[in-house]
Amino acid sequence: MSFLVYLINGLSLGSIYAIIALGYTMVYGIAKMLNFAHGDFIMVGCYVIFTICSTLSGNTFVGIIAAVILCTLLGVTTEKVAYKPLRGAASPLAVLITAIGVSYFLENLALLIFGADIKSFSSVVAWQGLSFAGGDLKIQGVTIVTILTSVVILIVLQLFIHKTKEGQAMLAVAEDKGAAMLMGINVNKTISLTFAIGSALAAIAGALLCSAYPSLSPYLGAMPGIKAFVAAVFGGIGSIPGAMIGGLVLGIVEILSRTYISSQLSDAIVFGILIVVLLVKPTGLLGKKIMEKV
Amino acid sequence: MALLQVNNLSIAFGGLRAVDDFSLEIEKGELYGLIGPNGAGKTTVFNLLTGVYKPNEGIIRLDGEDITRKNTIEINHAGIARTFQNIRLFHQMSVIDNVKVGLTERFKYSGIEGVLHVGRYKAMEKAMDEEAMKLLKVFGLDSERDVLASNLPYGKQRKLEIARAMATSPKLLLLDEPAAGMNPNETAELMETIALVRKEFNMTILLIEHDMKLVSGICEKLTVLNFGRVLKQGETKEVLDDPEVIKAYLGED
Repeated sequence: MSFLVYLINGLSLGSIYAIIALGYTMVYGIAKMLNFAHGDFIMVGCYVIFTICSTLSGNTFVGIIAAVILCTLLGVTTEKVAYKPLRGAASPLAVLITAIGVSYFLENLALLIFGADIKSFSSVVAWQGLSFAGGDLKIQGVTIVTILTSVVILIVLQLFIHKTKEGQAMLAVAEDKGAAMLMGINVNKTISLTFAIGSALAAIAGALLCSAYPSLSPYLGAMPGIKAFVAAVFGGIGSIPGAMIGGLVLGIVEILSRTYISSQLSDAIVFGILIVVLLVKPTGLLGKKIMEKV
Repeated sequence: MALLQVNNLSIAFGGLRAVDDFSLEIEKGELYGLIGPNGAGKTTVFNLLTGVYKPNEGIIRLDGEDITRKNTIEINHAGIARTFQNIRLFHQMSVIDNVKVGLTERFKYSGIEGVLHVGRYKAMEKAMDEEAMKLLKVFGLDSERDVLASNLPYGKQRKLEIARAMATSPKLLLLDEPAAGMNPNETAELMETIALVRKEFNMTILLIEHDMKLVSGICEKLTVLNFGRVLKQGETKEVLDDPEVIKAYLGED
């Protein structure tokens, strides 16, 4: 019975990784860049919810909406100000290093505004959860909400990408930016939209992450960000179902290895898996083989 | 007034003048050929016309409108569409979706309407599907509407690329070596397709081609480029019989 609880907890943590990984993978697929500040967007989202809930209105729903809107604006602005001017740069490293810079900037900005002390975050999910088998099997409300949220996000995202013309434009830009432009697709608008979606997802992931692990610090986004990046690479970067599967597998592996093997080794196991997958299948589970043009 | 009017176009990459003092006039409804040996600057001219490169000098006018400094997207919206020497379809998308990408500018609805399937979404998607199917029928691709573009045979990929370009409802269609890599049967079929596009859409076409059978078979006028400069311009037959043109292609005795 306890195995089942761990499995569900893993699924829940994995869902959070998956939501973050979706942002990584979409931005990579369409803008062909790794936004290493993506994890810090989560942190910004958490602080926005925290501030609104503890000082202003106290309404969690308002907090989440505000976080989604602010993170969306942050993502779009970051892209316009920091990444877009470097899109034509001679080396793809320029934009990568800029992203790391943005990451440090956001972390230190939070440090300046909110201080280094760890704040406690009250869960956005008030529901206590369900218990089965006469109380033996207890599932927390936040766990269930997290899993359901990720399922809804995945479905909406797939509908958006495959059933709408903005989504088709994204696929077109992902495959051949030049050809898409020559077909009249506004590539800048498409990339902005991608950042907007990815950042909004980061805010939602932040709300869920801090509800499950309620301590708030300026660096809280860094580790989940890196693990979600691993999930995206593991699933095949650029692939949306890949990010989802990668996130879930990573979450389950992390929780199970923390429980049954060693809590100190669990991160090592997670990253070890990444190395093995990349050795066996360099493009990730669902990644496509990329052919160099000659 | 000519549909496309190009005056004294030049571009240099470093010290190399890839296109030098290039002028061209194409009347509405004409089928115009741009030929020349490898490296003569033909594709560079296409890249200048579509805004991929910006010229150092010269003016490009489409239907009287100066498009010289416009970007790729604005030029497409102004009415120039193109295909590519090496086919650049969206290979991971279906045949009909490739065409619908070309249609996006003409059919408007918001992303929220799209996700929720409300508002203008259904009517617009239906209209896009119908428009796309109309185009696919013209090109004989309607039975392959849901096939992945990468799974089409080569000749049909070429046709799909032309269909996608036509979906942006251009005034001028640029075809970059449409017959490249085709066998004689496929080339003959392509010539029929191009004739069909002219007839169905009353389209003005500028094409780059090496296949002399195709060029002499369908082009009304030609411009020959050599080392980035115009070598000869005029009616097809007269250009192809010109001793200088023959020399540029075959070398001297």
